[in-house]
Amino acid sequence: MSANLSASFYLISGILFILALRGLSSPETSRQGNYFGIAGMVISIVVTFLSVGNFGPGFVYVLGFLLIGGSIGAFIAFRIPMTAMPELVAGFHSLVGLAAVFVAISAFLKPEAFNLGIVGNIKLASLVEMSLGAAIGAITFSGSIIAFLKLRGIMSGSPITFKGQHLINLVLGLAIIFLIFYLCMSQSSNIFWSIVIISFLVGVLLIIPIGGADMPVVISMLNSYSGWAAAGIGFTLENTALIITGALVGSSGAILSYIMCKGMNRSFFNVILGGWGATEQSSNSENKEQKPVKNGNADDAAFLMKNASSVIIVPGYGMAVAQAQHALREMVDALKKNGVKVSYAIHPVAGRMPGHMNVLLAEANVPYDEVFELEEINNDFANCDVAYVIGANDVTNPIAKSDPQSPIYGMPVLDVEKSKSVLFVKRSLSPGYAGIDNDLFYRDNTLMLFADAKKMTEEIVKSL
Amino acid sequence: MEIDPFIFRFSIFILSIFIGYYVVWSVTPSLHTPLMSVTNAISSVIIVGAIIAALAGSSDSIFEISNIFGFLAIILAAVNIFGGFLVTQRMLQMYKKKKNK
Repeated sequence: MSANLSASFYLISGILFILALRGLSSPETSRQGNYFGIAGMVISIVVTFLSVGNFGPGFVYVLGFLLIGGSIGAFIAFRIPMTAMPELVAGFHSLVGLAAVFVAISAFLKPEAFNLGIVGNIKLASLVEMSLGAAIGAITFSGSIIAFLKLRGIMSGSPITFKGQHLINLVLGLAIIFLIFYLCMSQSSNIFWSIVIISFLVGVLLIIPIGGADMPVVISMLNSYSGWAAAGIGFTLENTALIITGALVGSSGAILSYIMCKGMNRSFFNVILGGWGATEQSSNSENKEQKPVKNGNADDAAFLMKNASSVIIVPGYGMAVAQAQHALREMVDALKKNGVKVSYAIHPVAGRMPGHMNVLLAEANVPYDEVFELEEINNDFANCDVAYVIGANDVTNPIAKSDPQSPIYGMPVLDVEKSKSVLFVKRSLSPGYAGIDNDLFYRDNTLMLFADAKKMTEEIVKSL
Repeated sequence: MEIDPFIFRFSIFILSIFIGYYVVWSVTPSLHTPLMSVTNAISSVIIVGAIIAALAGSSDSIFEISNIFGFLAIILAAVNIFGGFLVTQRMLQMYKKKKNK
């Protein structure tokens, strides 16, 4: 296949990928969008086979490995529980990163296969592109592995910080730039390997200081990095499909990181430099005198909600941990039978990744037009009888609106306290991720339900 | 003076960033998780590079070190392609509208 023809097909793939993302603007068009994406991928792969035109024994191996990888991927995709989506996405990012590193290494070892010159005399532009692709890919890989371990709970979710951390990151970052420069002059393979190894290290150091609840930002950021790595390789291979896709994915991840940061009213750098909960906790635990709390049980909650005319449910990460989404849906069904109007309010950073709560509710068969974003629903709390807070905490804390001293001041919160009564399902009075006490626990209109989110919800279903 | 082809590719890159910017802002927040999994799947188009790397060279030396890195990259990217698209599909199947009574 001629180079011009294959380039045209790669352009078509790129357009199909754009349409795949465009489809996600509404749930109705989203499935069609996914098929566009698959079509784009099939075209890219077939065109690559045709343009390489080598159908010898190597081709059989390629197909074999493709099928091996594909079956592993398919197996994971069908078996993974929806609550494990954040770790799955982090794991997948790491694979893209590592694949980018491998392709870059291969191009460095055998540049003639990619038309980049010969060993020891690779085109300078290609050297810069492949080493950038390899560096970003390596950062994506090791960073995603750390994110995966933290999300999976294998590694503690609390920030790991040490003295001079930022300085070390800065020095390593500068070292990578310097080494790329040096690589262009010397073409030495040792320099290339050093770039890859230092980048792996940077990925680890970059993610360990970031705490569990900041994971939505981290995952989006790594999503973005995997895109930039793909784009870097795309430049090396002079492949439009890769360049377009890399740019799309890169900007998509960047926008998601921005949305997540805005949801916490923190700057991107503040999150990346890490250690929020770690620094604020000490000052706040002292003024925690015993305040009276109203304590209720499932029957009280069932009574309150049954007699309400409207209920708003506020889910958070705790619902995901307790796998309470199905029980919650049963509770809502029972309430609806009693003529109660029920809707769901989702905070942008609820859960461990963007849109985490929406997927879990969708899994439990909650129709998506009953689920609302913060801006859409926040005014409705004033007219609602009961707010049922399940597994959320910091995102409901009214202190974010009143106390400029508070670390979460200015963060957009759900105005849960405006509803006539608040039911708070929580295991204890312990503060949330930000390490601050939630004033809402001590309000007159709040009833605390101390229990596991799933058990409590199931008990409420029984007493309804 | 002739324009370096790099500039053309760079133009495509920059314009695609803009397209990405506008397209992603129009994605509804409730689909942000499928957005991440589908972007992850399409970024595995890096498999194109992996295939070229794996098939490079003559047919009697298909297991040179650079080919092996290509084969490894194919496995990784294939996991992502199948896993990414299928899990996205599985998620999107779950999004249902309220039944009209």
